[in-house]
Amino acid sequence: MPTRPSDANRPSLAALLLALIPFVAMCFSVSAWDRITPMVLGLPFNLAWLVSWIVLTSVCMYGAYRIETSRIARDSARRGANDSENSPE
Amino acid sequence: MSPSSIALVVICAIVALASALGFYAGTHRKMSLEQWTVGGRGFGPLLMWLLMAGEVYTAFSFLGASGWAYSRGAPIYYVLAYLSLGNVLAFFIIPAVWELGLKHGLQTQPDFFLLRYGSKYLAGFVAAVGVVFIIPYLQLQLTGLGIIVEIASFDRIGRTEAMVIAVAILAGFVLISGIRAVAWVSIPKDFLMLLAALTIGIWVPHHYFGGIGPMFTVLMRAKPTHLTMPGATHNLSHSWYISAVLLSAVGGYMWPTTFGATFTAKSADTLRRNTVILPLYTISLGFMFLTGFTALLVIPGLANGDLCLLTIVRKTFPAWMLGVIGGAGALTAMVPAAVLILTASTLFAKNLARPIFAPTMTDDGVAKLARLTVVALSLIALYISIHSSATLVSMLLLGYAGVAQFSPGVVLGLFWKRLKLAGVFAGLVVGVTCTTFLDLSGRDPLDSPFGNLSAGFVALCLNYGVTVVVSLLASIDFDEAK
Repeated sequence: MPTRPSDANRPSLAALLLALIPFVAMCFSVSAWDRITPMVLGLPFNLAWLVSWIVLTSVCMYGAYRIETSRIARDSARRGANDSENSPE
Repeated sequence: MSPSSIALVVICAIVALASALGFYAGTHRKMSLEQWTVGGRGFGPLLMWLLMAGEVYTAFSFLGASGWAYSRGAPIYYVLAYLSLGNVLAFFIIPAVWELGLKHGLQTQPDFFLLRYGSKYLAGFVAAVGVVFIIPYLQLQLTGLGIIVEIASFDRIGRTEAMVIAVAILAGFVLISGIRAVAWVSIPKDFLMLLAALTIGIWVPHHYFGGIGPMFTVLMRAKPTHLTMPGATHNLSHSWYISAVLLSAVGGYMWPTTFGATFTAKSADTLRRNTVILPLYTISLGFMFLTGFTALLVIPGLANGDLCLLTIVRKTFPAWMLGVIGGAGALTAMVPAAVLILTASTLFAKNLARPIFAPTMTDDGVAKLARLTVVALSLIALYISIHSSATLVSMLLLGYAGVAQFSPGVVLGLFWKRLKLAGVFAGLVVGVTCTTFLDLSGRDPLDSPFGNLSAGFVALCLNYGVTVVVSLLASIDFDEAK
């Protein structure tokens, strides 16, 4: 029998918005930062921009991680309260 | 000892030691299919990180990244963006896949499709498409390995011999230790590859120009257009960049290998942490670009840019260092090749051969068939690699465009309740047909007939469109029939 998706999968809006930031910065805005000058620490501007955003992507996703783990903990606590047989993971 | 003998000894020693780890990894364990393919779902954060990094950073990272920087320039930056953004997407997708895997004992990507949509034919089709698109990626690894060992050994080991030896070794440790071998061999591989990337990327520009900044200043004057898009190409513009980044970010975790590797994790939390940290590893690729740019100034005019990294290393470093880099490069090709062969064999035996042709086969039978397939597939990949002349880049893009077509079935499947089997099946057929057609038409895979958009991206958009529309139509019919 096919399995349907469960609502527990659905990420919070805040986490999704945090995840959108790196997409805007590294992908959609390319024409705004694809230039050589000013050079940053010896790197052309576009390369320096991308390298900085690799680090900032991890920062954003750490934020999303904190938000999601607390949401998951809340959800499973609520499920545990509703259904005493459902053991928390 | 002559320089070539020194390099040769170092390469052989590195490959031998790493392979010994691979063989050792699976001893003292009974290798059921569950152990063999998903390591008993017991990998903690460190092994998981090594496995994921081991799979993502391949022979392409080693040769292709510097090769593109050399021959095409700034468009190669798309790799930095897609590897980071692929992990952003994965953060939301793979933990949910893992939860289902734990609850229902999933081992492979087609297992997921079977569970979600309840059709063994869809699962079989997904398995077949997976195996077909794994082959160019496998071929990329073997061709890359041949190039690395040939140049690093001063042509003492020929390209074909290198491929034959490496395939024999990796098929051996895959047969004995399964996915555990891959994770363990990733330890020396990741360590050596990071060491090699940093050493080459920092030392080479320093040696010829006195530093990274001065190298870029010289390059800016010599080739002012090389460092912004479209670089040395005529078509890799900003619209191409956006479409290629999106396609590859979506495709990254849709590889049956990467998808299957998520099931080895001990917990969903391990996977979330992993996707938060993995983008940082991408920075190591930046050092490969620096090497490619320096090579463009020092040794211009190479016919095949893929050779520039090793050529400049051979020109710059002593023989033993060339050996270390050659050994690291060989492992960087062998680890992904091993996991590709392992996954393709499991897909074939478990999701294609048994459900469709031999429903009575036991689990032990499947495990045996999977191992036989390892041998067969190794021979096929070897044959194709020896007789093919495609460039590394075209093989990579073909593979990514193909596997990205799985994403509607996975992503919409996890989050959208009205999605229907018919929609997913129709979308996948359209996406795969479109990708194959664009490839068979003999076009440069970078050059699509749709303006400056990556061809696979167009196929993916069609795929999503068809999946959604057919699903909606199917649910309307269903309501009326009631």
